[in-house]
Amino acid sequence: MTNEFWSFIFGRLTWDVLPLHEPIVVITFIVVAIGGLAVLGALTYFKLWGYLWKEWFTSVDHKKIGIMYMVLGLVMLLRGFADALMMRLQQAIAFNGYEGYLNAHHYDQLFSVHGVIMIFFVAMPLITGFMNYVVPLQIGARDVSFPFLNNFSFWMTAGGAVLVMMSLFVGEFAQTGWLAFPPLSGIEHSPASGVDYYIWSLQVAGVGTTLSGVNLIATIIKMRAPGMTMMKMPVFTWTSLCTNVLIVASFPILTAVLTLLALDRYVGTNFFTADFGGSPMMYINLIWIWGHPEVYILILPCFGIFSEVASTFSGKRLFGYTSMVYATVVITVLSYLVWLHHFFTMGSGASVNSFFGITTMIISIPTGAKIFNWLFTMYKGRIRFELPMMWLIAFMLTFTIGGMTGVLLAVPPADFVLHNSLFLVAHFHNVIIGGVLFGIFAGINYWWPKAFGYKLNEFWGKVSFWLWNVGFWLAFGPLYVLGLMGITRRLRTFDDPSLQIWFIIAGIGALVIAGGIGAMLIQFGVSILGKNKEWDTTGDPWNGRTLEWATSSPPPQYNFAFTPVIHDNDAWADMKARNAQRPTKDFMEIHMPRNTGTGVVLAGLSVVLGFALIWYMWWLAILSFVALIGAAIIHTFNYDRDYYIPVEAVADVENERTRLLSGAR
Amino acid sequence: MSSHATTAEGEAPQFYELVPHHHAPHGSTQIGFWIYLMSDCLIFASLFAIYGVLGGNFAAGPSPEHLFNLQLVAVSTGALLLSSITYGFAMLDMDEGKKTGTLVWLVITGILGAVFLGLTLYEFYHMIHEGAVPQRSAFLSAFFVLVGTHALHVTFGILWLVTLLVQIGAKGLIPANKIRVQCLSMFWHFLDVIWIGVFTVVYLMGMLR
Repeated sequence: MTNEFWSFIFGRLTWDVLPLHEPIVVITFIVVAIGGLAVLGALTYFKLWGYLWKEWFTSVDHKKIGIMYMVLGLVMLLRGFADALMMRLQQAIAFNGYEGYLNAHHYDQLFSVHGVIMIFFVAMPLITGFMNYVVPLQIGARDVSFPFLNNFSFWMTAGGAVLVMMSLFVGEFAQTGWLAFPPLSGIEHSPASGVDYYIWSLQVAGVGTTLSGVNLIATIIKMRAPGMTMMKMPVFTWTSLCTNVLIVASFPILTAVLTLLALDRYVGTNFFTADFGGSPMMYINLIWIWGHPEVYILILPCFGIFSEVASTFSGKRLFGYTSMVYATVVITVLSYLVWLHHFFTMGSGASVNSFFGITTMIISIPTGAKIFNWLFTMYKGRIRFELPMMWLIAFMLTFTIGGMTGVLLAVPPADFVLHNSLFLVAHFHNVIIGGVLFGIFAGINYWWPKAFGYKLNEFWGKVSFWLWNVGFWLAFGPLYVLGLMGITRRLRTFDDPSLQIWFIIAGIGALVIAGGIGAMLIQFGVSILGKNKEWDTTGDPWNGRTLEWATSSPPPQYNFAFTPVIHDNDAWADMKARNAQRPTKDFMEIHMPRNTGTGVVLAGLSVVLGFALIWYMWWLAILSFVALIGAAIIHTFNYDRDYYIPVEAVADVENERTRLLSGAR
Repeated sequence: MSSHATTAEGEAPQFYELVPHHHAPHGSTQIGFWIYLMSDCLIFASLFAIYGVLGGNFAAGPSPEHLFNLQLVAVSTGALLLSSITYGFAMLDMDEGKKTGTLVWLVITGILGAVFLGLTLYEFYHMIHEGAVPQRSAFLSAFFVLVGTHALHVTFGILWLVTLLVQIGAKGLIPANKIRVQCLSMFWHFLDVIWIGVFTVVYLMGMLR
């Protein structure tokens, strides 16, 4: 009787699922628990909870939400990178019959969770953070189209991250690789909680991502300042538009396919089973129809960041604006026509493979055009080698090599040899680190002064830059070599002692990258805490060209007291060139959206729902689902969603800016 | 280049909007909701693709001609299509500011939706009773999930409709409520369009197979 009672309450959640037999996890848990308690204690001691709740958690200000996305991404980067270091160490020592320090169960979770975290909870939040922060400023808007939805989207993404982190200490994560292919991810082969954590964390985060995509598309279409036609939009806004179109057009497919996998696991349907007419290859096709656009979702905004950086730090208009826009749009469309190159070995025949091989190679044409555009922007420019510009150069060198190995893999016969090898692993890290991550670092260094009012420390930025670049090649160069030798990915132990030296070099490379991450954290710390800050009183520290530099740093809550009118691309450069005068009087009250805690509540309930489903606590699942719907409906009865910032408040802020602009301190 | 021409002529261009342009309230809502619908449409597209590929995999189990009752489906289809028309009448009344008319037509729409939903559930019950459960074959899995997802959407549509009835009753046809009626209208018609796809691909083509 009691047993039945407890299993009704807790489903399959028992003491046995806690990984107490894994000393590494236990120690991690202790460290995280102590660190977490210290942070919580400090927040309580300094009475910061009210401030965080009022000013950040419930905020609908796109700038604050953008910063919260960035914080989430950077925190999760540390987790994802810790997983990477552990894998590199394991592979560097597990030779000659030695099993290494990770058992298979733990190691298989590591490579799965590393991929999931790095894509969904590092790269996605970081680029979404940039788009949130920068796009409304670049188009001269006061916020996004749906500010509450924006807050809700962020918390759903954070909720997904919470579920992934929970899997470290309660139960386990999937041991299936980051895309959880069936039949391995089916209930028969993965009966424990791992794949369920995978499914529900991605479903919760996926809702947030899709809605944020809808929001930003509507914002870019409807909220542009007067005069800003589509072909006068900044390139970062263009790439954001294309990325969000890709998000809205691909994430629903992920939602659908994960729902079907969940049904196979929970209800016993036969979509992806090997029995009763199901087809595992259907899953692999569908998930890559999402998965390939996903990599362009990540890279396009970074292309946008590099375009802004190239023209700002060359002191020139971007070379070939129109071709840049068309290249972006072409990549957007083509990204849907290449998914099958992820499994040429499926055996779909020479014709199908040729089609997808050729479409894949064609993508390198618009991408190459972009590289040339950046180079020609620099040509005869007055180049300033500030940190963002350095990241641009590093990106062009690294990404081009990654792109070329990609074209190599696009040749089906070559892919038959290299499929699932470390060559592939080296290739996608080459484009994702060399493209996405370098772009994010360029963006952080570029927009930090806009967000916080002072520049980042240059010395530590350079240390980080060099450690990352050297570390990257040390870590992934050997993987190219090993891949060409035929070593497959995801192996835990090795028999051939001659390979060990390459894995040791790769491990050293990972340590150098760790130094790069450390230097970046020091860079943030030194810049935030340092006394000799390079304060930016102008709002335009880099002599920028787009509208985000037309307002103060950090921008006021309402971004622009008077909406700018756009006459040219590079609107702010045009305004400066023609000596546009910022109005200093006759301010008006400004209509703004009100903060709300509903986003936190809804996302919290979604996490509870996900947790209940993972552990088969059906009563809790039903309860939290009903509560979720109820809370959403209650929210619709709140009609009081906006307010006006009074004229006096606007005048105070703007007069202070006038004073700073006149050179006073 | 035209902007440079303006300067050359010495005309001072305006760089800030000193008199704010009027933002229509809820100006982005319709396009935003439309984009959301397109994302929803892709979920259905995935399910149609699944049905297209797996729909013939009966695994020696029952196939469409044993299961489907076209008369029943014709009635439920009729109810759903009719509900789109009645929703249109609700919109017409709303545009003329007739609160009672709007509410009445919305109630009729909701009832027709409920009839559709009831018939779908009856069909499911009937099939499960005959042993044609979703677990039986990939065809049945795909069928139940495609039709079930549509039914789930109709359920949420009815829930939304009831909420709106309360809100219009309480607050009247204020702009915030009007835009909601418009969005639900798009949602409702969208479900109709999806159903036409389901009706054709699943039922008609299934019987022809």
